Amino acid sequence: MSGNKEEEDPRINGIKTKIRVVPDFPKKGIMFQDITTVLLDPKAFKDTIDLFVERYRDKNISVVAGIEARGFIFGPPIALAIGAKFVPLRKPKKLPGETIFEEYELEYGNDRLEMHIGAVEAGDRALVVDDLIATGGTLCAAINLLERVGEEVVECACVIELPELKGRQRLKGKPLCMLVEYR
Amino acid sequence: MSGNKEEEDPRINGIKTKIRVVPDFPKKGIMFQDITTVLLDPKAFKDTIDLFVERYRDKNISVVAGIEARGFIFGPPIALAIGAKFVPLRKPKKLPGETIFEEYELEYGNDRLEMHIGAVEAGDRALVVDDLIATGGTLCAAINLLERVGAEVVECACVIELPDLKGRQRLKGKPLCMLVEYR
Repeated sequence: MSGNKEEEDPRINGIKTKIRVVPDFPKKGIMFQDITTVLLDPKAFKDTIDLFVERYRDKNISVVAGIEARGFIFGPPIALAIGAKFVPLRKPKKLPGETIFEEYELEYGNDRLEMHIGAVEAGDRALVVDDLIATGGTLCAAINLLERVGEEVVECACVIELPELKGRQRLKGKPLCMLVEYR
Repeated sequence: MSGNKEEEDPRINGIKTKIRVVPDFPKKGIMFQDITTVLLDPKAFKDTIDLFVERYRDKNISVVAGIEARGFIFGPPIALAIGAKFVPLRKPKKLPGETIFEEYELEYGNDRLEMHIGAVEAGDRALVVDDLIATGGTLCAAINLLERVGAEVVECACVIELPDLKGRQRLKGKPLCMLVEYR
């Protein structure tokens, strides 16, 4: 399965209309996709979670990994609904205890994503969640972290995709499920 | 109501046993209360959310405000279950669009908490959520932000309280509900 938009589900349009596009944030030329306005509409927020839960509930997902910080908003409700563990993937130095990290590229320089050692076990089936996929660099780092400890990454789930940035091609062959495209 | 631990509910002990204490993080002498191990136990995580939902579902809460970043893990599931808006309260420069901020003290220097203008309306009844209350400085900043836009802060909800730090006294008279104390 190559991962498709939940086509024609009537809830999708309701979610799309709630996303606020903020021009020139964080810098000139970027049209920032603000999902906080979705969270202000209880129905739209619930629909977002329900669409993912309906897709994943029968797929034996044992781990939902959410990318800091907006992946922490969407990942836990999905995990709770499907009975999976939730694992936060964080910026450096936030997680206590032993961690492993993956570097990924930014426009200028690199950043790191960290995960606790021992959080997930080899053989877990994992879903990676973030609010948006742009270049795919962060999601790729997340996939790497999970695979390094023996997880099978089943899919990546994002509310929004920026398809022109081709992030979908950077997911090590893993499928992407998204709800809304922005071109 | 001055806000009480959910006394004697059998689920509390299950949650408490899942919290991992990490010594000397982020620096020597601090016994860090790590809730990520609660999130690895679907029942303990669900029980945590359920305890708060049961408390708040009939209180006409219209807004759940979660403090970045661990408040983003607990706040949204509560908001979804009680049909409230979720509003993220964030570190500086993360929120796009127009924001207001409150400063609060750290051990050395200050930090700021930001909220979107227009997210919360006068008359909203708000719940503030974070994983833990220590000195209460961040929660106090959150209360201030919400009150400045005319919301009524009904209560603060935290999984863990460090009562020796007396944070409960810094909540501008607002009640605190917590599940687990650590002395």
